[in-house]
Amino acid sequence: MSEYLFLFRGGDSRRLTTLKEQSPEAWQQHMRKWMVWMGGLTEQGKFVAAQPLEQSGKQVTGDKKIVTDGPFIEGKEMVGGYLICKADSYDEAVEMAKGCPILEFEDGNVEVRLLQDMNM
Amino acid sequence: MPDSHNINKLTDDLFRREAGKMTSVLTGIFGIKQLELAEDIVQETFISAINNWRLNGVPDNPPAWLMQVAKNKAIDQLRKKRNTIDLDISDQEKTLLRSGYTFIPVFDKIWNQIKIEDEMLQMMFASCHEDISIENQITLMLKTLCGFSTLEISRALITAEDTISKRLYRTKEFFRSKHIKPGIANPSHYESKLDSVLKAIYLLFNEGYLSTHSDQSIRKDLIHQAIYLGSILVDHPKTNTPKVNAAMSLMCFHAARLDSRLDAFGDIILLAQQDRSLWDLSLIAKGMFYLDQSAQGDDITTYHLEAAIASEHCIAPSYDRTDWKKILQIYDWLESIQPNPIVALNRMVAYSKCHDASSTLNTLKQSPFLSQWQIQPVYHALLGDLFASSDASVAKEHYLKASGLTHSNAEKKLMLKKMEAIS
Repeated sequence: MSEYLFLFRGGDSRRLTTLKEQSPEAWQQHMRKWMVWMGGLTEQGKFVAAQPLEQSGKQVTGDKKIVTDGPFIEGKEMVGGYLICKADSYDEAVEMAKGCPILEFEDGNVEVRLLQDMNM
Repeated sequence: MPDSHNINKLTDDLFRREAGKMTSVLTGIFGIKQLELAEDIVQETFISAINNWRLNGVPDNPPAWLMQVAKNKAIDQLRKKRNTIDLDISDQEKTLLRSGYTFIPVFDKIWNQIKIEDEMLQMMFASCHEDISIENQITLMLKTLCGFSTLEISRALITAEDTISKRLYRTKEFFRSKHIKPGIANPSHYESKLDSVLKAIYLLFNEGYLSTHSDQSIRKDLIHQAIYLGSILVDHPKTNTPKVNAAMSLMCFHAARLDSRLDAFGDIILLAQQDRSLWDLSLIAKGMFYLDQSAQGDDITTYHLEAAIASEHCIAPSYDRTDWKKILQIYDWLESIQPNPIVALNRMVAYSKCHDASSTLNTLKQSPFLSQWQIQPVYHALLGDLFASSDASVAKEHYLKASGLTHSNAEKKLMLKKMEAIS
């Protein structure tokens, strides 16, 4: 069994703040779906960790270690959060990703990546 | 703006009650190991309340306001500490609390499943764990369930505040080091656990009822708290047992007579000399109600029998017109399951009301407790009465002894009066 990283983009990561402000109940309902989904993964022993990310951040770049604010990219490109889980194959990981509530939004996106050992 | 004096007065009573509920609920969520964290949150909640209410007035539903603020503070604390503290919840819930996606809904779920009554019961059971000394059990219950400060506990139990702090510290250490699952759900230990809870409550009651506290308000407060803790037990279906009802009944009957039990100088007035018009009829009625409730099942406990005796005293129009035959029967029963010098002596007082002097004297002489009775004023007062018509000088001697032994001024005066009457 390997570990997979889900990167969440678009969807609610951007809209959550507005949803939370406009309709706290709808927001609560939506977040309960995350609980159900992640709770399911936890029950199967597949869940490792997950956190939403703040929209703003810092960038440290190059051998000069230049620090800038950012990312300033278009909303739907922005990584809004991540989840690490265990799965036997990409197929299984993708099936798990399909349950993610972010996909209730048209531009919601889950990028599924296998965590790799650095073989030297 | 409401004046601060009124707020303080309101909050004192309110905070005590709500502190017990909030501490229990928070401990229910965090686990008994985190008792200190729960207490800190409750303290902060009260500080917020005082600051807020002074400015905005007291909210319509203060308990609900307090509970909501406590919940928000618990969320803040948990947000900071969820990765480091040992929470007494399922692994799955622990995992999901750690994620920002699920923290709030999971916390809400846990919070909504908590029942205040259950948690207060859990807290009581945890406080009265068999490995905690009974003084520490009482101290902890006063702190966590009754909302007493260490200073208030130290005054109530006539113990240095420093000692109280140490007791509380040790008990919390005990919770931190042991893995205690209070578990009211486990019926196998249930009976004996409930027994220790009841024992601690009754001891607390007696701290108020029997102690030599000069401050009547402190005595009343303790008695009130003991009855309050007892009412938590009778109000919960799991602990509403005949024995608990019997203990409640006994406490109510005793408490009903409280105002007649002390004179203006704080000296004890014995039953025979008490002013019965001062007895609290509503507490007597409550005692009767619980006595009725206790009469179920086959289990007859000392609480049942003592409550039955107390009820006879409470309904008697006067000391002399008390149904002594009935009381003697109950004492016979009580002595058979709890043979001790005091029970036996009280039984003999009842016996003397139903038999003549020579029969009483003969029975007294045969008692195994004869030597222990020599220091009891009641014993000598009884002997004085028994000899009064036959041998005035022996009677006087005993009245004199009784008057020397008793701590009750009313009793002393009565002994002197009786001595005068026979001379």
